[in-house]
Amino acid sequence: MIDRRTFLKISTLVTLGAAGGRELAAGLEAIDPAALPAAGAAGAAKRWALVIDVAKCLETPDCDRCIAACNRGHNVPRIDDDRHEVKWIWKEPFEQAFPDQENPWLDDKLKSAPVLTLCNHCDNPPCVRVCPTKATFRRPDGIVDMDLHRCIGCRYCMVACPYGSRSFNWMNPRPHIPRIDPEYPTRTKGVVEKCTFCVERLDKGQAPLCAAACPAGALVFGDLSDDTSEVRKRLKSRFALQRKAALGTKPMVFYLI
Amino acid sequence: MLEKALTGKPRYWVWIACLAAAAGAGVFTWAYQLSSDSESTGLGRDVPWGAFIANYTFMVGVAASAVMVVLPYYLHDYKRFGRITVLGEFIAVAAVAVAILFIMADLGQPQRALNLALHPTPGSPFFWNMVLLNGYLLLNLALGWLGLDAERNHIPASKWVRIVSIFSIPWAVSIHTLTSFVYAGLIAHPFWNTAIMGPRFLASAFAAGPALLILLCMLVRRVSRFDPGREAIQKVATIVCYAMIVDIFFILMEFFSAFYGGSAEHTASLRYLWIGLDGHRMMVPLMWTSAVLGVSGVVILLVPALRRTEGWLALACGAIFIATWIDKGMGLIVGGFAVSPMGRINDYVPTLSEIIISIGIYAAGALILTVLYKIAVAVKEAEIPQAPSDQRAEVLAAPLRPETELREMGRV
Repeated sequence: MIDRRTFLKISTLVTLGAAGGRELAAGLEAIDPAALPAAGAAGAAKRWALVIDVAKCLETPDCDRCIAACNRGHNVPRIDDDRHEVKWIWKEPFEQAFPDQENPWLDDKLKSAPVLTLCNHCDNPPCVRVCPTKATFRRPDGIVDMDLHRCIGCRYCMVACPYGSRSFNWMNPRPHIPRIDPEYPTRTKGVVEKCTFCVERLDKGQAPLCAAACPAGALVFGDLSDDTSEVRKRLKSRFALQRKAALGTKPMVFYLI
Repeated sequence: MLEKALTGKPRYWVWIACLAAAAGAGVFTWAYQLSSDSESTGLGRDVPWGAFIANYTFMVGVAASAVMVVLPYYLHDYKRFGRITVLGEFIAVAAVAVAILFIMADLGQPQRALNLALHPTPGSPFFWNMVLLNGYLLLNLALGWLGLDAERNHIPASKWVRIVSIFSIPWAVSIHTLTSFVYAGLIAHPFWNTAIMGPRFLASAFAAGPALLILLCMLVRRVSRFDPGREAIQKVATIVCYAMIVDIFFILMEFFSAFYGGSAEHTASLRYLWIGLDGHRMMVPLMWTSAVLGVSGVVILLVPALRRTEGWLALACGAIFIATWIDKGMGLIVGGFAVSPMGRINDYVPTLSEIIISIGIYAAGALILTVLYKIAVAVKEAEIPQAPSDQRAEVLAAPLRPETELREMGRV
């Protein structure tokens, strides 16, 4: 738990930071349609996916613009206690994001390299299967979404997710949101939440915040069902890993190595 | 019949008051947990379930075990269980109530619990648990109550009651199978993702539930004039013994698959529980306590001279009950979460708030059980002619009449 004083300090810092970042974010908004060539016209893609160019991302290991943009745009609370924190997109050391890729002779630098992790929007999602109220569901375009008003807070989806991609609001999140964006709902204590691939932006023909915020173009979002899409091109050009692919969940976040 | 629960000796009312107070403390703590802005449990993103779900899992098993007296009585016409069938059914009622309360206490948004019914999702084991548990609660309450009412009025129970009681047998098996499905289908946790989970749940349930029934029968005999019957208790003890042996066998099967196969993920949870993993040894003493209690319980029950001695029998039943409670409660849950999806090792210790709520829920269950048992015992006591105590001792000491003689007497 953080006390009031620390909280105020952090929130002031974050607010100052955000003010500086906003102009940048506004600039990125403008290029959104370009980032989404396939979806803009058709309106609905058949299969959304995210391709993360890990090599490119690691060129600037300290950059966290995607994370900051997501947190700010979705009112993700900032909770320092790692048992209770809420995360949509965040970084994990390579060996923890890919525990099945480990070997004792893996280079230490790669072992601890920060890799972006988020909901995989699986084609075969265990979380959707176990939810007793259909509060989490798979859309026809493949996105695993949440109805935050229907969730009863049983946390079965968290238990079923093999990626640790789901967060429960163990505490009232509102006091922990550095700067509330009135455009996006805040959540309440006792519900589960996670990345939604920015469904609210996709519906307007815009790319997800993380992909839009990446200055290096390391995050590529697009439609897998369209073989001319940028994601398909990237997947053809390089070798890609999926997290715990052997489990058969068919994750739709790909990591170019 | 309910009026029989409203008269009692002072000790009865003191007991009721104590349980009500404990349940009240639980409700109060739960209300605080819900309304406060912060988190008062020991849970977190890597250990999202804890004491509540552990106890829920265990108590569904206790509830299902009523089938172990219902089945021999209704299906195989084993008369000696006729006296205790209602006691088994009432344990089921209280145990299911406890299980449902634990689920409610665990929910982040309990006021939305009806969404389970408003948006039925047959693909989720939790949905089936909700349907089957509530059905089983009503079924056992109805069967116990109607059976007791018939006994009070000296008439045989209606034919349809017998038909429904046979229906309750597969129902009991399915509630606990479905509880195992909550875990057995999760690829995220190799420790749970195993086909032995269902059989293991049933075996440990048929050990723990009947063990509790024996202890309660002994208690009933002490505090009332109703004697559930020595022969019946001995038969239940045999069931406890073999069910526990089967349970231990199933647990050992898991060790073989995990360690001979050598899967790192599969062995990690077992290592964490039984020998410690990377210095995390919190559960090790608890698991070995469970093993020692379970095995000694079986040994006591296997020796006829000990099994027939009331003190030893009570000891064995208590040991087996606690052993399965550790193994299928905290052992199962904490073991499953020992290694997070990111490969981190997690410990979990329930907080005071979780413990108070858990005690409160068990107190509520004990309250339900006390009231139901009070009624059952009052009905059964009314059947026993008032006799001076030395005569009663004589009656109890007399050898049991053989089945054929009873049949001639029209008692069967």
